[in-house]
Amino acid sequence: MTTEQMSGHISFKLNGREQIVSVDTRTSLADELREQCGMASVRVGCAQGECGTCTILLDGMPIRACLLLAVQADGAHVQTAEALSSPDMLARIKRAFKKHKALQCGYCTPGFLVLVDYILRRALPLDEARHVLSSNLCRCTGYEPIVSAVADLLSSRGDELGELQ
Amino acid sequence: MSFVGKPVERVEDEDLLSARTRFVGALSFDNMLHMHVVRSPHPHACLNAIGVDRAKSVSGVVAIFTGSDTRELAPIGFRRVVEPELSLYQQPVLALDRLRYVGEPVAIIIATDPRIAEDAAELVTLDVECLPPVSNAVAPGPDDGLGLHVQEAAGIDKSYGDIAAAFEAAAHRFSISCEIARQTAVPMETRGALAVPHGDASGFDFYGAAKVVHANRAELARILCLDPNRVVLREGHVGGGFGVRGELYPEDVLVAFAALRLQRAVRWIEDRREHFLATNHSRGQVVMLDAAVDHNGVILGLTADIVADQGAYLRTHEIKVADLSCAFLPGPYRIPAYRAQASVRLTNKTPCGTYRAPGRFEATFAMERMMDTISRVLKIDPIQVRRRNLIPASEMPFDRDLTAAGKKVRYDSGDYGLTLDKAVRAFDFEGMRKSAADRRAAGEHVGVGLAMFVEKSGVALRETASLCLSSDGSVELVTGASSLGQGLETVLSQIAADSVGLDMSDFKVVRGQTDRISQSGGTFGSRATIMAGSAVHAAGQLFRQAIIKRAAELFDAAPEAVHLQDGRLEIAGQPVDLSRLHMGNGDNAPALKIETTFDAENVSYPYGVHIAQVSVDPDTLQVRAERYCIAYDIGRAVNPDLVKGQLVGGAVQGIGGALFEEITYSNDGYPHTTGLSTYAIPKMADIPAFDVLVLEDWPSPTNPLGLKGAGEGGINAAGAAVAAAVEDAFSSQLTPYRLPMTAPYLFKLKTANERRRRQLDNLSD
Repeated sequence: MTTEQMSGHISFKLNGREQIVSVDTRTSLADELREQCGMASVRVGCAQGECGTCTILLDGMPIRACLLLAVQADGAHVQTAEALSSPDMLARIKRAFKKHKALQCGYCTPGFLVLVDYILRRALPLDEARHVLSSNLCRCTGYEPIVSAVADLLSSRGDELGELQ
Repeated sequence: MSFVGKPVERVEDEDLLSARTRFVGALSFDNMLHMHVVRSPHPHACLNAIGVDRAKSVSGVVAIFTGSDTRELAPIGFRRVVEPELSLYQQPVLALDRLRYVGEPVAIIIATDPRIAEDAAELVTLDVECLPPVSNAVAPGPDDGLGLHVQEAAGIDKSYGDIAAAFEAAAHRFSISCEIARQTAVPMETRGALAVPHGDASGFDFYGAAKVVHANRAELARILCLDPNRVVLREGHVGGGFGVRGELYPEDVLVAFAALRLQRAVRWIEDRREHFLATNHSRGQVVMLDAAVDHNGVILGLTADIVADQGAYLRTHEIKVADLSCAFLPGPYRIPAYRAQASVRLTNKTPCGTYRAPGRFEATFAMERMMDTISRVLKIDPIQVRRRNLIPASEMPFDRDLTAAGKKVRYDSGDYGLTLDKAVRAFDFEGMRKSAADRRAAGEHVGVGLAMFVEKSGVALRETASLCLSSDGSVELVTGASSLGQGLETVLSQIAADSVGLDMSDFKVVRGQTDRISQSGGTFGSRATIMAGSAVHAAGQLFRQAIIKRAAELFDAAPEAVHLQDGRLEIAGQPVDLSRLHMGNGDNAPALKIETTFDAENVSYPYGVHIAQVSVDPDTLQVRAERYCIAYDIGRAVNPDLVKGQLVGGAVQGIGGALFEEITYSNDGYPHTTGLSTYAIPKMADIPAFDVLVLEDWPSPTNPLGLKGAGEGGINAAGAAVAAAVEDAFSSQLTPYRLPMTAPYLFKLKTANERRRRQLDNLSD
């Protein structure tokens, strides 16, 4: 196998800001975001698409950044747990996670924050939310406090949406 | 205002939620190089030669080291003193002339980019002569065909009481054989290590440290022949530990070795496939029990025969896990005569170490299966049979007359019967059983099971803490204990705030930095809150006195006129900012600093009850945990929410261990389980509804705050409780004695049952 890699430039929006970065064609989006773009929330737990730790939003949809090549993000809008879909959303989700102690070591947490953002935007019922959240792994919390945080967020959604408008 | 006992929010969370984190994978230094480990693809082989020339010529590869470069390095030693002959089985940091498991480090490639190092690894060739592997620790049967003996690294033998007399007097005798598969902890962050050499090559800084940083500093210095004071371990954020993370592994030594040789920073980040081959496995025991029982179900004597599948080498924990199984198998029961023998056997698999409740998850499973067996056969209610065997509160403290890892086992305090009563009442155990029976009558497979256990906590009985007033009036709290995610900073801030009289937010916690504090036992064995907490408590009391004395001197007041409470310092009724005490009366005043060491007199023993309710799909035989209840006496809970978090998190890990988690190898020694698709850990969809009762009935007399540990009580009895529930779900027609209880295992039990029943029917025809 040759170590001479093809490389080039791509541009995409990262948390609302235009980025132009140079990439090797074989670099995953997860590696690009954490190594070149300084996104500390993007962490690799398995690099095989199984754990969901590296979950980000690509054009609003949660995806596993380890399964996408960086070049595939050309022209897309990437949002990470540093920002989520809006500052208010980020603040609300963080508040709920603190209140319910929905994190311990915090390594997998950004992936969950991204899923919760998606769940709240879609206003999914709790059973569907659990289904979505089952795509990510956590080894510390036993998930129960994450469910509580999400249930709390979903039940307070109406009032807070009013606040935001 | 008191913080201890309150479910306050965690001080760690704002940083973690904002990704202001220092996980080792995100750290980098100028000119940093990357290490890739070439690993053995063979379970067992003679290693004749390693071809590295082609790999060396790859652009970006800086160096390649093999066993011939590291031959002089001592293998990683054991943390406790054991029989010297056990060191025969220690693992060289790179294989020398023999490969003993798939995944054993053979060479390291150091390159400017991790991808280049990984590419170059494909060009390394191994000249080997394959040997037949040992893949089964239990003596191979006659048709095994390999003609191998299984090598016993060590035997363990513990006993008390008159076993022969017990069996002679017994009305009944029960023999069961229990098996717990190989499992591992799977923290979400894989391991990582980063060494930055000091300019003069006399030492290095080591990032990615965790768990036992002081012990690892000493061991790295010993292996690399350096002054321990020049080796600095630095813990950042750690993505879960559970026993496996933070042990000293070959890769840690190799990163430091390469950094010193090349005089450049070197980083290694484990990938998930490597993790399953390289990081400690655990469990992997067969436990055979023989009980002498009277007609009331009281155990008069018990023997345990344990075979532990250790894997290829003895690592930092040598044979300790099997030792702990032997010591803690009797659990909360009196059992007047007992003998446990264990055989720790070497196989061509990844070496085993400790994983959350090591030895006890296995032992509790076997002991509680025995209790349920006695209950079933003698038709005594499972609660009754346990109650008749429990150590009564009147016998506390209770001398077990056994040692665990060389130390006497003495249960410090407790009332096991009371906790059983409370659990049965609080969770309405009878109601749960009745509702399960009703659902079974309606055709469902639903069952409820209960298990009891004793945990140990607070091992390594010395810990140091320091408190120092900073110029801004905040207090720096330094501990050598490690945070693996459990909320250590929060708990220590709560304790410090109460003992000094300040607010939690006044403290800035520094942890896991070996150059900041002289001593620490580390974070394992549910010890951090007890030991670091007690050290902080002691330091806090002295620090409070020092503040009052300094304030009185500085403001020329009587000490009685100084009030320090609820985060406010007042002198003769006037509030004074703490920062004013920083330099005292002038630049020459000593810093306001207290460092103190706490010595506990004994290990403390928390205990509890687990109740599981499961349903089993009649077609697929998939088991689903529906409800899970834990009653746990922790002596005193510093932060009840965090205790609950430990219990629930541990229980879910234990449910994984009870139902799906299993590391398997082919008969010829190749691992099947090298990723999260083949090693299934619980997902959110797998978890039951939880009820947790945190009890503080029996504070520990071993430390001033009465603390016992929380880390392992959630997992300890999970295998046992879920197995009891599965048995109940089949109205005891199906009796599992193996974990995990996968669908194929239950299918095997079920078909064996059906075959037996058909044979009986044929006989009666």
